[in-house]
Amino acid sequence: MSTEVENVEELTLKEYKYGFETDIETDVIPKGLNEEIIKLISSKKNEPEWMLEWRLKAYKHWLTIMDNEPSWANIKHPKVDFQDIIYYAAPKKKPELKSLDEVDPELLKTFEKLGISLQEQKRLTGVAVDAVFDSVSVTTTFQEELSKLGIIFCSMSEAIKNHPELVKKYLGSVVPYTDNYYAALNSAVFSDGSFCFIPKGVRCPMELSTYFRINTSGTGQFERTLLIADGGGYVSYLEGCTAPVRDENQLHAAVVELVAHDNATIKYSTVQNWYPGDKEGNGGIYNFVTKRGACRGVNSKITWTQVETGSAITWKYPSCILQGDNSIGEFYSVAVTNNKQQADTGTKMIHLGKNTKSTIVSKGISAGKSNNSYRGLVRVHKNAANARNFTQCDSLLIGDRCGAHTFPYIEVCNKTAKVEHEATTSKIGEDQLFYLRQRGISQEDAINMIVNGYCKDVFRELPMEFAVEAQKLLSISLEGSVG
Amino acid sequence: MLSVKNLFVKVEDKEILKGINLEVKAGEVHAIMGPNGSGKSTLANVIAGKEGYEVTGGEVTLNGTDLLDMNPEERAREGVFLAFQYPVEIPGVSNATFLKTALNEIRKHKGQDELDALNFLKYMKEKMRVVGIDEKLINRPVNQGFSGGEKKRNEIFQLQMLQPTLAVLDETDSGLDIDALKIVSAGVNSFRSKTNAVIVVTHYQRLLNYIVPDYVHVLVNGKIVKSGGKELALELEEKGYDWISNPKGEAVAV
Repeated sequence: MSTEVENVEELTLKEYKYGFETDIETDVIPKGLNEEIIKLISSKKNEPEWMLEWRLKAYKHWLTIMDNEPSWANIKHPKVDFQDIIYYAAPKKKPELKSLDEVDPELLKTFEKLGISLQEQKRLTGVAVDAVFDSVSVTTTFQEELSKLGIIFCSMSEAIKNHPELVKKYLGSVVPYTDNYYAALNSAVFSDGSFCFIPKGVRCPMELSTYFRINTSGTGQFERTLLIADGGGYVSYLEGCTAPVRDENQLHAAVVELVAHDNATIKYSTVQNWYPGDKEGNGGIYNFVTKRGACRGVNSKITWTQVETGSAITWKYPSCILQGDNSIGEFYSVAVTNNKQQADTGTKMIHLGKNTKSTIVSKGISAGKSNNSYRGLVRVHKNAANARNFTQCDSLLIGDRCGAHTFPYIEVCNKTAKVEHEATTSKIGEDQLFYLRQRGISQEDAINMIVNGYCKDVFRELPMEFAVEAQKLLSISLEGSVG
Repeated sequence: MLSVKNLFVKVEDKEILKGINLEVKAGEVHAIMGPNGSGKSTLANVIAGKEGYEVTGGEVTLNGTDLLDMNPEERAREGVFLAFQYPVEIPGVSNATFLKTALNEIRKHKGQDELDALNFLKYMKEKMRVVGIDEKLINRPVNQGFSGGEKKRNEIFQLQMLQPTLAVLDETDSGLDIDALKIVSAGVNSFRSKTNAVIVVTHYQRLLNYIVPDYVHVLVNGKIVKSGGKELALELEEKGYDWISNPKGEAVAV
């Protein structure tokens, strides 16, 4: 048995297949963080004055808290040296691309290799992509087609230039720069990300997606995404991410804000596959992300679905603020940790409006020597009559060297509220494995089968293509997890 | 077909099986009977390759192939099937998906083409009729929320689906009422053929009224102390195991 396990563990060495590096000429600014750097980033991006002012305000706020990196999460890592990070790296190219033909072929090849075709004619119909490479958006597909419907889908940099009134109105309105440590940092140095506006009554006819790629060594990625669905609008949005294999830790501190007005629906799905580090825990991405959606209007709905398999450390709580009466917030999550990965992830559901509903389904899977925590808050304010919440929080352990932790917080200030919390912790039993193997199914396939069965409730929420992708990803992440 | 020679097995330093010899030929049904703790389930699990058992001596071969060197899935693909005493639940995995994967693994091993969804469905429908299993159970997650009887019936359904060479039934009768017992036995009987063999592990003689064995072996304290025809089971039912384990006269050995 032990030799078998060793063989299986060898497999983990080749598991991360997105670990290649693109050799491309890059415009890199010096390491470090100060006002000059922020001014440099802003000028690189030809930003208007108001944007720079906003950045500097955020930076000044960050300076007041810079020594108070959050320590409440159930994660351990050496202190991040914020002066040792490159805050802007971009492939050298003309600042504005008129068409895809002008995109560096190396970049196209990179995304092709990642399974993301930026050639519109080759794309599966129904998915528009914004491709972000290090600090900048490379290209956004299907922009023209979408604009016919009044939908704006572009990089954040373009939005700042072309739609300043929208950006001014919404940026920081859900996650203010004072919100938390990494949100303040992001607000000061964010480089790019996606922007989307769905006008009144428009149902976005295709899936929108952003693909994030960190390439340059020593850089941090600080993307900023803003999605707005106006009255009655609908959009389904996907994001994916990968990074090269490196023995250093790279920081990814993103902020995502969603705003849903009356009767609008936003579905936001993530398949996070940042480089997780090697078996010994060397290298990997620190994924410290703030994601929040505001259900501002009546009957609005925001659904977060996430499959988190990558990153050395994940610190992430996609949340919903249910302001509008009858609004609905949902959170479906699969978080997998293997080897020495750490995850502290969950959600916050803040019930403010009447008859608001929220659903939380969290499936944590820990293998190897990893640590996986669910942290969640359900808060019902005193005016939120008839609020409903259902939480299902399951942890699955593979092997006996990993940990699973649950930190649920429930605060109810209105006695008409109904809040349910169910939690289970289970282990992939030797008995379950033996049962499947006795029927001719290999050990690896048996684990995948058990884990996929366990995650079914979440995968069901993903768009079809992504669900298949997620299942594959899960099996790669868990390769060699039994020891 | 199955040959067990002088098999010694330890579990956590305790010797459970102490020199088992058993020859099972194609077309035969053997019953292994014995009191609780005599080593019956250990024998079944060791044949199937469950971990946690240390084989300290002897050999187990299936049609000349050494089983002890193989992991459980390889044995299963070679044709060993264990109907579990306590079938486990696999949440979120439908019975149909599970069986399609298992069947195709076995077919691949035999050099046969894998069945596609359509042909698998056709084949499955046929077998469902044989065992009289409800369609609803097929689409439910494996054993989840099944009653005791449904779980056992699901084991026999899997037996019919996978058509192994050697079926080992571990206490398949436990927890079954008489109607369920009849259905399960009919499923096993229709499986029996000239080319396969069945080992029935049971505490009670009752099951053997329905699955009639060619040979009965009595296992006491890790040894087969008596072997005989089907009438031996009746004798045991009448006299109890003490009759054999504490013989007044000569020691009985095989």
